[in-house]
Amino acid sequence: MEYPEGLKFTKEHEWVLVEDQVAIIGITEYAEQELGDVVYVELPEVGEKIVKDDPFGAVESVKAVSDIYAPVSGTVVEVNDTLPDSPETINDDPYGDGWLIKVEMTDKDDLKDLMSAEEYAEYVEQQKAEEDGEEESEDEE
Amino acid sequence: MSEHSPGTDLRRSAPPLIFESGSPGRSGFFWPEEKGEGGEKIPSELLRDDIPGFPELGELEVLRHFTRLSHLNYAIESQFYPLGSCTMKYNPKVNEVVARLPGFSSLHPLAPPELIQGALELLYELEEMLAEISGMAHVTLQPAAGAQGELTGLMVIRACLRERSNPRRKIIVPDTAHGTNPASSTLCGYEVVQISSSNRGMVEAAKVAEVMDEEVAALMLTNPNTLGIFEKNIQEIAEVVHKKGGLVYLDGANLNALMGIAKPGDMGVDVLHINLHKTFSTPHGGGGPGAGPVGVKSFLRDFLPVPRILKKDGSFVLREDFAKSVGRVRSFFGNFGILVRAYAYIISLGSDGLEEASRMALLNANYLRKKLEGAYQLAYPEPCMHECVFTDRLQQRHGVATLDIAKRLLDYGFHPPTIYFPLVVSGALMIEPTETENREILDAFADAMNSIAREAKEHPDLVKGAPYTTPVGRLDEARAARKPVLRWEPAKE
Repeated sequence: MEYPEGLKFTKEHEWVLVEDQVAIIGITEYAEQELGDVVYVELPEVGEKIVKDDPFGAVESVKAVSDIYAPVSGTVVEVNDTLPDSPETINDDPYGDGWLIKVEMTDKDDLKDLMSAEEYAEYVEQQKAEEDGEEESEDEE
Repeated sequence: MSEHSPGTDLRRSAPPLIFESGSPGRSGFFWPEEKGEGGEKIPSELLRDDIPGFPELGELEVLRHFTRLSHLNYAIESQFYPLGSCTMKYNPKVNEVVARLPGFSSLHPLAPPELIQGALELLYELEEMLAEISGMAHVTLQPAAGAQGELTGLMVIRACLRERSNPRRKIIVPDTAHGTNPASSTLCGYEVVQISSSNRGMVEAAKVAEVMDEEVAALMLTNPNTLGIFEKNIQEIAEVVHKKGGLVYLDGANLNALMGIAKPGDMGVDVLHINLHKTFSTPHGGGGPGAGPVGVKSFLRDFLPVPRILKKDGSFVLREDFAKSVGRVRSFFGNFGILVRAYAYIISLGSDGLEEASRMALLNANYLRKKLEGAYQLAYPEPCMHECVFTDRLQQRHGVATLDIAKRLLDYGFHPPTIYFPLVVSGALMIEPTETENREILDAFADAMNSIAREAKEHPDLVKGAPYTTPVGRLDEARAARKPVLRWEPAKE
């Protein structure tokens, strides 16, 4: 599992790459793997405002539809318009070509409570361990 | 090893598409020779000699084509259908006979009340019976299905709170809810607040208290919930909601676990809907129609949809003059034919029979739970109600996922259970046998599941490549969703 340095992460498994006032947002490799094959992506339009912690779009996989939560507040300045035709890009390259939107942030303080790559890696491991923990207790029965 | 089908034989080849059959010039009938000049008056550009790719077949070919296709149907009449959350129980044929009695089936929906007293009596009595079963004071039969029942119930709640000059804007929905709960709330103009269930798969009163405030109109709860677990804190939860002036809505989708055993009305529920097409044995799965009656406590009576059926001097009248009513939600009286079937079901089972049906549903689900718990990991260790939820965690070690298990079941002749729902369980396999299956069928299904668990360990690739015995093999679901081809078109030359 990859956790690129320099990105910021949310507990809902989104990532943010900050370039000055602009935040590039996507979903993490862990999220993409949990979802399975992504078949449809619903994104806001350029000019729309998104609010930190509120859903701004959705990814649909063969298993389920999941909301995508805004890691920061701001105005959408660019949308990855290759995704409607090839949503599989999210599975192929979640941290690169599979980015979702670019947002002009209203408040850079929004970034403060996001996780670093190291913290997020730990968070994911913890989530996996919790699942395994349940599994072991079940085996004992 | 791979071919193994104790159930229905699905080893049938896929018939060719009707477009690929036949031969040019072949026909099931012959047009009479053209006579007269009528055709000439139609502008020639609007006439055509040919429809590109239109199949040309004889009558017997057409008949065989569609008969073969019909044999590919999977139905409760042919096999076990353990789709969790769907209550795919058998619908006794006597209900069909009753619904087809000319006194019901030939009624004109615009006939005046004095000419349809029998039908109105049936509706009136069905309302009373459903009120008794659910522990509510009043019932409307109008909503056409569960989701419309939810919307109607929420509209009643909104009308009531408005009347109290206390309109609110939020609805609390647990993370195990059916997707229709947040959808209905949103459609009704509410904001949805999601709460997570405990590690025992239940909603806790403290969690509700955390988000319960004066802006919450209602909590929507399903009981038993979609994990098949009884929400035993429901009374405490209802108290938390009521204390802050909110109402409790029960999604009665899983009432099949409670009939004659417990009444939601006694648990602090103010409004609920009932899926007649699930619990009360009216057909579903073929496109409906369903029926989603809504029950309310007495303080909400005046907000129910109109028309309402009232009994006056021994006869039945339809009344629309309720100023506080949310109005009409469905044309005429709802899906009347379905209501007749539910009435017949309740009458034919009686109160003891309904209770026994629910108890058998619980017993069957727990029987399967016990038979499978060694081979598959339970999502939650709690005893289950009418359905049980497993995960694919033990199989994941061998690279086998829920989808593979579901596909492999087809080779064993069984319809797979509901998969990947509820969303809170990763790789969920949700099994609801219902009360209408006997032990032999449950054993055969458990044997198939256990055998697949062994295959997953010993020959994972076998499971991952399934199915092998169906008319078509493993479909590329991702590609079908990404690039759907919805219509046949003639090959371009």
